[in-house]
Amino acid sequence: MRTPLSEKDVRSLRAGQVVHLDGIVYTGRDEVHVRALEKHDKGEGLPVDLKGAALYHCGPIVKDDDGGWTLVAAGPTTSARMNGLEPRFIETFGIRAIIGKGGMSQPTIDAMKNFGCVYLAITGGAAVLAAKGVKRVVGVEWLDLGMPEALWIFEAENLGPLIVGIDADGNSLFKKVDDEVRKNLTQVRKRLDVE
Amino acid sequence: MHPVSFNRCDAMISPELMEQVVVNILRTAVTSLPSDIMSVLEKAESVETSDIAKSQLRAILQNVKCAEEASIPMCQDTGTPLFFVSGRCDGDIEEAIRKGVERATREIPLRPNIVHPLSRKNSGNNLGVGMPQVHFLPGPEGFVEITVMPKGAGSENMSALRMLSPSEGLKSVKSFVLDVVVNAGGRPCPPTIVGVGIGGSADIAMSLAKRALLRPLDVMNPNAELAGLEEELLDAVNLTGIGPMGLGGRTTCLGVKVDLAYCHTASLPVAVNLQCWAARRASARMFRDGRVTYSKEGFLLD
Repeated sequence: MRTPLSEKDVRSLRAGQVVHLDGIVYTGRDEVHVRALEKHDKGEGLPVDLKGAALYHCGPIVKDDDGGWTLVAAGPTTSARMNGLEPRFIETFGIRAIIGKGGMSQPTIDAMKNFGCVYLAITGGAAVLAAKGVKRVVGVEWLDLGMPEALWIFEAENLGPLIVGIDADGNSLFKKVDDEVRKNLTQVRKRLDVE
Repeated sequence: MHPVSFNRCDAMISPELMEQVVVNILRTAVTSLPSDIMSVLEKAESVETSDIAKSQLRAILQNVKCAEEASIPMCQDTGTPLFFVSGRCDGDIEEAIRKGVERATREIPLRPNIVHPLSRKNSGNNLGVGMPQVHFLPGPEGFVEITVMPKGAGSENMSALRMLSPSEGLKSVKSFVLDVVVNAGGRPCPPTIVGVGIGGSADIAMSLAKRALLRPLDVMNPNAELAGLEEELLDAVNLTGIGPMGLGGRTTCLGVKVDLAYCHTASLPVAVNLQCWAARRASARMFRDGRVTYSKEGFLLD
């Protein structure tokens, strides 16, 4: 798949499918969510156009080589930290894919369903493999937030494998596992003698 | 020229040597995994039956290999720099450690992770008030030992402390550990290592839980009762089905490590400190004659 993504692109994906991404990918974690929404509330524009974008929950290690940035490591951060602001972020900026780890909560899943967005899971901690899927660092915005929290602009080439963890119909692999875990717990508690 | 030694120190350690040792152990820790962690990860990959679980563990193993070959950090979260120092040495050692962290951040490079807790302003060099944390422990005579544990935030954020009523006993301890792991789900980058501290006080329990994570996976708990508890808890959490990255599977945890301290008759503190699969650690020993030996397994195996 190539970014920017259309609603049709993402609505055709099903939870459990494996995809790879090409094109521009923006990083954004806690501070990018806060600042972008603050700017929007004040009627100010963003330095990048997030319509159809893939947002990567990632705080990379980037080396400042003379004349350009070199990506060192770029695995995902825990997506759940963005649960509070993500529904508004999806609605406001029209992003079509979120790349992260660990899954997201129901309000975010609802926003994905309503506005057409998918969650793509990438292996947590596998930062060297992830960086191999980034051809170059195009640039950076809001570097005053610090290296991990800044908005980095990557050009992805075959970034993945990414597992569709939550599709735009609201099906979530994480929720499926969670339901399984709840079921298994009765047995586990019995075994531990802590019923 | 004789190196300038720290006063009352058990080894002839110049600040320059200490700084270099800190850079060396940080580099080893963030670019490679101890053999005990690797062998349990490899075993986990062979035990998993689902494609997704297998694919997560394969990516992890391949990633560690690539990181080690290229000598770059395996994870972009190079953690909070936590140090454990044993042996006799004075406070100046902290300044040398700070210099080592600052240099390692530039040279390896590490991600500058350390921010003011409220303003969130990043210091840019992994230093700040109270950071890096250096835990001084009693140790044997003859050498100074330093261990670094670069601790990722994804797993650290899932830590929990509960001050149980003494009458609740072991059942509640086990139940609490299970709840913490289940509640964390895929967030701490499973398969994790679960550090458990029982007793002491609120702060001591968490400190025990963290230090328990330094014990290699293949080193049995010397306390038979706790060894049994570790095994029982590991079996239990791996039956939950959370699996690698919370995507389902048989491997939710690689190991459970429990430590205890006696506590007040009115208290039963229990702390859980989770460690991600990237359970990074490395140690060095500095001797009187200036010799330094390194180990990423830890020296418990000596």
